[in-house]
Amino acid sequence: MKLHEYQAKTIFADAGIPVPDSRLATTVDEALDAVDEIGYPAAIKAQVHVGGRGKAGGIKIATDRDEAEAYAEEILGMDLKGYTVDSVLVEAGVDFVDELYVGVTMDRGEGKPVLMVSTEGGVNIEEVAEENPDAIAREHVDPAFGLHPYQARKVVYEAGVDADVALDVASILSTLYDLYEGNDASEIEVNPVMITGDREVVAADAVMNIDEDALFRQPELAEMAEASYEDDLERKAGEYGFDYVRLSGNVGIIGNGAGLVMTTLDLVDYYGGKPANFLDIGGGAKAERVTKALDMVFSDPNVDSVVFNIFGGITRGDEVAKGINEALAEFDEIPKPVVVRLAGTNAEEGMEILNTDLIEVEETLEEAVQRAVKNAEEVTQ
Amino acid sequence: MSIFVDDDTRVVVQGITGGEGKFHAGQMIEYGTNVVAGAVPGKGGQEVTGVPVYDTVDEAVEAEDADASVVFVPPAFAGDAIFEALDTDLDLAVAITEGIPTQDMAKVNKRLGETDTRLLGPNCPGIITPGEAKLGILPGNIFAEGNVGLVSRSGTLTYQVVDNLTERGIGQTTAIGIGGDPIIGTSFIDALEAFEADTETDAVVMCGEIGGEDEEQAARFIGEHMDTPVAGFIAGRTAPPGKRMGHAGAIVSGSGTGTAQSKIDALNNAGVPVGDTPEEVADHVEDFL
Repeated sequence: MKLHEYQAKTIFADAGIPVPDSRLATTVDEALDAVDEIGYPAAIKAQVHVGGRGKAGGIKIATDRDEAEAYAEEILGMDLKGYTVDSVLVEAGVDFVDELYVGVTMDRGEGKPVLMVSTEGGVNIEEVAEENPDAIAREHVDPAFGLHPYQARKVVYEAGVDADVALDVASILSTLYDLYEGNDASEIEVNPVMITGDREVVAADAVMNIDEDALFRQPELAEMAEASYEDDLERKAGEYGFDYVRLSGNVGIIGNGAGLVMTTLDLVDYYGGKPANFLDIGGGAKAERVTKALDMVFSDPNVDSVVFNIFGGITRGDEVAKGINEALAEFDEIPKPVVVRLAGTNAEEGMEILNTDLIEVEETLEEAVQRAVKNAEEVTQ
Repeated sequence: MSIFVDDDTRVVVQGITGGEGKFHAGQMIEYGTNVVAGAVPGKGGQEVTGVPVYDTVDEAVEAEDADASVVFVPPAFAGDAIFEALDTDLDLAVAITEGIPTQDMAKVNKRLGETDTRLLGPNCPGIITPGEAKLGILPGNIFAEGNVGLVSRSGTLTYQVVDNLTERGIGQTTAIGIGGDPIIGTSFIDALEAFEADTETDAVVMCGEIGGEDEEQAARFIGEHMDTPVAGFIAGRTAPPGKRMGHAGAIVSGSGTGTAQSKIDALNNAGVPVGDTPEEVADHVEDFL
């Protein structure tokens, strides 16, 4: 789960990390009130979960009130890589002479958190990692002991950070690690950390992602997650407890188990269709969940056809079929063609009792996907 | 022959009094698995599905000589339950639980390196040696005894591929779900190494998915160390970067690492044919045998 920059910066500031003075604004008037208080230059920054906001036109620096008004009008409501900008962070401009990258994340291969520091800040760090991996200094942290302060100093010196600010940067890095651990973050990144002409160190940007599996013990962050949904269907999926990802195609996909649902998406693509979503309803497939899943894909205006693929496993196919029938009974009319494929335990019994007046059934995964792709093509013709 | 579990494996079920634990303990017993005990704090002295329950794993090992555990404990307490299994020096711990916080697993992983216990999972369907034992939630009826080993990051995808194999009369030595989390115990390489050493495994299926670099590492291992033929499948070819596809570990990073294509290329380079569909995987296995 991603936090917005303004949310992350509030957390940073509370922990004592220097951040520029800022206000959140959702209207042009609020933005102007904010710049009146903060002064110029001021950065107007779109608050959306999109990387490369600056390049995409989501960050502008205003040097006077007219510019501030123009930029606020331009950015609020704009479409940034598919996301509508509902709010901007109005932030005091920082007069910097140098930029650094610092981050904390989990190194999956090592199974340990890793600190990262680079003097090549302000640019896409993933490009740096690819083109010049030596420009990023790394230090693994033993998760049982936590971070030893020397490790933060070591990685900062290793990265070649200027000696006069090195200890300040190390101190920020130590605090970031504490935040990483204390908030169950999966990733924290400050790019850039700015060094001012007065040799002050300021966190000018903030990326903070939280481990969704740990939200049960991070109630305040779970509340922030609410404010972070940017798609109504994704919000709905969150309420229903589904794993759901919205995509851009027109074949709706419902299934059980992440690997099999991903495979179903891949097969839709393989047979010439375009997946509209990833929707994993998990184990069981009781009528209520089936109804909710169908409701989700039906309410996506992009969806022209649906494939429903369940591998019964421990759940018996006839029970799944009953669930599907009960769910279908909730709808007077099926708004979009649905192909169902059941496999595994008691699948044949299940296929027999499915209400084929309302839906189509296929025996194999491959056949079901091909039929759903064909259905979508017929709708769009 | 088989790997990791057989009909001598003596199983303690952690969390046997919960809904999932109780149901699947029953299923495991029905399959013929030697379930000898349950372990649930505060429930010692009870009996569930004919199995005695102890307050600690330690007591279960003392009293019933258990050497493997299956963990059906809710995510908030599962890290602790796995620690208990590791600290009791079992041969094997299978963690079924989905949704364990990653930082808890980092601590477990650290401890794992200091013990001789093998951990499978978490967030995995478990392991089955058809006709002998199953530890986990895999549906026993789709498996058949045979000579193909299977290792996979996903549960239902495993069932799909196994179903395709069994329908053609191709049985399995052992099938293992290693789990879809970022930090797991047994890796593809651990399983492949064991299958390579198993004289009855004549071919192996490896089902991977997007995220991380485990499949690439496994491909290198296959190229350098395996004579047993391997067929592959990779899920998530159409997954967009930055989106978690159900499994916590199934995410392509913004820089493009963890993509399906990188994994498919690595496997192909190691001489492993990768099926475009689950049916094609079964075709490749049939060609090997």
